[in-house]
Amino acid sequence: MLNPAEIEKLDVEAVNSASNRQPLYVARRKIHPKRASGNFRQLKWIVMAITLGIYYLTPWLRWDRGPHAPDQAVLVDLAHGRFYFFFIEIWPQELFYVAGLLVMAGIGLFLLTSTIGRAWCGYTCPQTVWVDLFLVVERAIEGDRNARIKLDQAPMSFRKLGLRLTKHMSWLLIAVATGGAWIFYFADAPTLFRDFFTGQAAPVAYITVAILTATTYTFGGLMREQVCIYMCPWPRIQAAMLDENSLTVTYNDWRGEPRSRHTKKAVAAGERNGDCVDCNACVAVCPMGIDIRDGQQLACITCALCIDACDGVMDKLHKERGLISYATFRDYDANMALATVGGTTPIDPARVRGSDGRFVPGIADFNWRSVLRLRTLIYVTIWTLIGLIMLYALLTRDRLEVNVLRDRNPQYVILSDGSVRNGYTVKLLNMIPQPRTITLRLEGLPGASMSVSGHHTGPEERSVNVPVEPDRLRALKVFVRQPADQAHPERQTFRFVVEDKVNQETSAYTATFNAPGEHK
Amino acid sequence: MKPPAFLLRTIEMSKEEIDEVTGVSTTGHEWDGIKELNNPMPRWWVRTFYATIIWGIAYTIAMPAWPMVESATKGVLGYSSRAELRAELDEATATQASRRTAIKEKSLNEILADDELRRFAISAGSAAFKVNCSQCHGSGAQGSPGYPNLNDDDWLWGGDIKSIYQSIAHGIRFNGDPDTRISEMPAFAGVLEDKQIKEVAAYVASLSNTSSDPALVEPGKVVYEENCAACHGDGGQGGRDMGAPNLVDAIWFYGASEAEIAAQVRAPKHGAMPAWLGRLGETTVKELAVYVHSLGGGEE
Ligand code: SF4
Ligand code: SF4
Repeated sequence: MLNPAEIEKLDVEAVNSASNRQPLYVARRKIHPKRASGNFRQLKWIVMAITLGIYYLTPWLRWDRGPHAPDQAVLVDLAHGRFYFFFIEIWPQELFYVAGLLVMAGIGLFLLTSTIGRAWCGYTCPQTVWVDLFLVVERAIEGDRNARIKLDQAPMSFRKLGLRLTKHMSWLLIAVATGGAWIFYFADAPTLFRDFFTGQAAPVAYITVAILTATTYTFGGLMREQVCIYMCPWPRIQAAMLDENSLTVTYNDWRGEPRSRHTKKAVAAGERNGDCVDCNACVAVCPMGIDIRDGQQLACITCALCIDACDGVMDKLHKERGLISYATFRDYDANMALATVGGTTPIDPARVRGSDGRFVPGIADFNWRSVLRLRTLIYVTIWTLIGLIMLYALLTRDRLEVNVLRDRNPQYVILSDGSVRNGYTVKLLNMIPQPRTITLRLEGLPGASMSVSGHHTGPEERSVNVPVEPDRLRALKVFVRQPADQAHPERQTFRFVVEDKVNQETSAYTATFNAPGEHK
Repeated sequence: MKPPAFLLRTIEMSKEEIDEVTGVSTTGHEWDGIKELNNPMPRWWVRTFYATIIWGIAYTIAMPAWPMVESATKGVLGYSSRAELRAELDEATATQASRRTAIKEKSLNEILADDELRRFAISAGSAAFKVNCSQCHGSGAQGSPGYPNLNDDDWLWGGDIKSIYQSIAHGIRFNGDPDTRISEMPAFAGVLEDKQIKEVAAYVASLSNTSSDPALVEPGKVVYEENCAACHGDGGQGGRDMGAPNLVDAIWFYGASEAEIAAQVRAPKHGAMPAWLGRLGETTVKELAVYVHSLGGGEE
C-alpha cells in the first residue's frame, strides 16, 4: 500500500471552476486534459467508435429498392422531397413521422436525464465525441498533458512548428471528413464522392462542406469546453430535469474530507483524515477544467473521467473505489447526514469508518429503485406508446392515395342537354417505387359518368385506368357529368375510388357534386 | 491581449466596489440605489459582436443602404432587387423558350397530342386568359349573359381547336380584322307584328321543353319556318357557319324566358370580341385556344 504522500500531486488548476473563472473578456485559459484510463474511458472509446462509425458509414450502406428508386439505405432526397430509411420511404406530407421521432427523442432525453443525469452530454453529444477525437489526435502528436504544457511554453522552433502544423492539418482533415460525410446523406454517396473531387458537385455541396469544416475545426479544436459552458442551452435545461434520484458524477466528500496528503502525521497526532489525498488527478483529466470536489456544477458534462482517475488512485491506496462516483443526491445527502451531526459540524471521518477501517453499516449505495420510479416509468410508458403508435401507423399506412380538389370557379356547368357537370383536379399518389396502373372510379352519384382531360378514354365511363410512374404523383383534370333526368337540386356527395388491382390496394376520397339549386 | 480601454476603466471602477450579496464587482452605474453588476460577455463573444458591427458597416457600403435625397446609396457591389427580378424573369423566359418555339412551330393538333406540350400550353393559356379574357368571360371562363360560358359544350362558332383558335385570333364582328367572324340577325320589330313575335318566342321556348302557352306555339311555328329557319335550321339546331345559336339546347345566351327571347327577336343584341392575333401573337393565341379547349367543352 502506498503512502498518500507518495501519490504524485499534480500541479493543476481548475481554470473553469467558479472561484477561478476568468473575467469573461480575458482570453480563454487553455486546458490540457491528462489521459485517463479505466472502465468509463473504455466505455467512452466504444461509444465513440459506434457513434462515429454510424455517422461516417451510414451513407455508404446500400439498400435495393428496384430500378426506379435510389439504392442508398439512408437518403434525404431534397430535390424530389423524399426521405428513404432502409425499407421506409417518407413523402413530405408524412413528415409527422419525423416529428414523432423528435418527440420520442425528447422524451428519451428526459428519461435519460432523470435517471443517469447528463449521459447525453458525457458520452454521445457530437461536441463531446469530436472533442474527444481531437484530443486523441492532439495527444498522439504533441504528447500527454506535461509534454503539451512544455510545448506551449517553449519558444517557436522547427520542431514546435512541425508539431503544430501536423496537429492542425490532422484536425482540418477530420473536419473536412466530418463536413464531407454530412453531404452524402443528401445525394447518392459514390456519385457525389466522385463529383466532389472532380469539381462537378453542386456549389451548395462545397459550401456545406466548407461551413461544417469550419465549425468542426473551431468547436472541436479551438473552443471545446467553451461551447458547453457558454453556447449550449442543454446544461441549463438539464437543471430543470434532474431530481434527487438522478445519478450524477459526485465527489463523495462525506468520505473524502478532510483531504490531506499527510495522513500518517495526522494519525500520529490522533486525528483522522478523509480518503482524498489531494492529488488533483481528478482535476488533471477533466476536459472541462473544473474540480468536481467543488460539488455538482453546470460545467460538468459527467464524462466520468474523474471517476476513472480517482479510482486509479484509490486502487493504489487499497481503498474502496468510488470516492468520486455516480451517486444520487438522495444517497449523497443521507451519507452526509451520517458524516456530520445533522449537517452542522465539519465532516468527521470517524462517523463513516469504524476503527477497523471499514465503512459503518447504513452507508447508502446505488440502488435500482433510483432508476425505477414513477417518473421514469411514466416516461417509458409515453415513449413506448408513441413508438408503438408510430410503428402501427407506419405498417398500415397507405401507399396509394387520392386527393381531390373540386373546381370552385365555375361551381358547376350546365351542358347543352341540360346535364350538370363539375370539374375536379384528382391527384393520384403512387407511393411505391414501381409503375402502376391505377383504376379511378366513381362510387355513388346515380347516372354520372366522367371524362379525363387529355386522356382519350373514348365514351364517358364510370371508371378509367391511368398509368402512374413509380414514386410519383399524377394530377388529372376530371369532368363528372350527371344527366338532367338524374340531377338532384341539392349538393350531393360521392366517392372517387382508386384501386391498384395487382397489389390489391384501394383508397378513396369523398367529394361533393354541386348543382344549381333551383335549376331543373 | 489587453482588454480595450473602456473595459479597463470598468475593471478599475469595479475594483472600487464589490457587491456584497453576489461578490461580483459593479460597473459603478447606479439608479435609485440599484447598481449594475459587472458580468461582461466572454471575450470571443464580444469579438463576435465587434465583427457584426464591422460587417454591418461594410454591408451598408457594399449594398444599397443609406437613404439620400433622391434615392438610397447604390452600394459598391451594384446590387438591385429590380435587376435581380429582371434577371429571374429573363431566366424564366429563357427556360420557356424551347417549349414556346415548339408551340409556335407545331400545329394545334400536334400540340394536343403531346401531353407535356399540351400541359404547358394550358398553364400559359390560363395565365394569358386571366390577363386578357377574364374581363368579359369571367376568371373561371364561366361567362355571363351576352358573354359565352367557355366551359360548356355549346359553341356559337364551333368548339374544335381550330375553330376556337380562329375565333380568338380574328375576333367576332371586329372591324379591324378582315378575317373576323361576321353575322348579324336582323331586327324583326318592323318586319313582324308584335303578336307574331310573341308567337315565335313561344314556339322557340317550346323547343327545349320549357312551358309556354300551347295556343301560341302552332302559329309561332309557321312564323319560325318563314323567317328564322334559314339561319337557325329547320329544327332550331342553329348554324355554326354564321354563329346562329342552337335553340333546342338548355343554354341561352340572352336569357331563356319568352320575354327575353321576344326582345332578342325584336331588336337583337350582338356581342363583339376583338381579334387577338395582332396583339398577343400566334404563340399566345395558340396557348389560349388550347386552354379554352381544355375547359371541358372542347370538341375533337
Ligand atoms: S468533473 Fe469529472 S465528470 Fe465532470 S467534466 Fe470533469 S472529468 Fe468529466
Ligand atoms: S478526489 Fe481522488 S483524484 Fe481527486 S484529488 Fe482526491 S484522491 Fe485525488
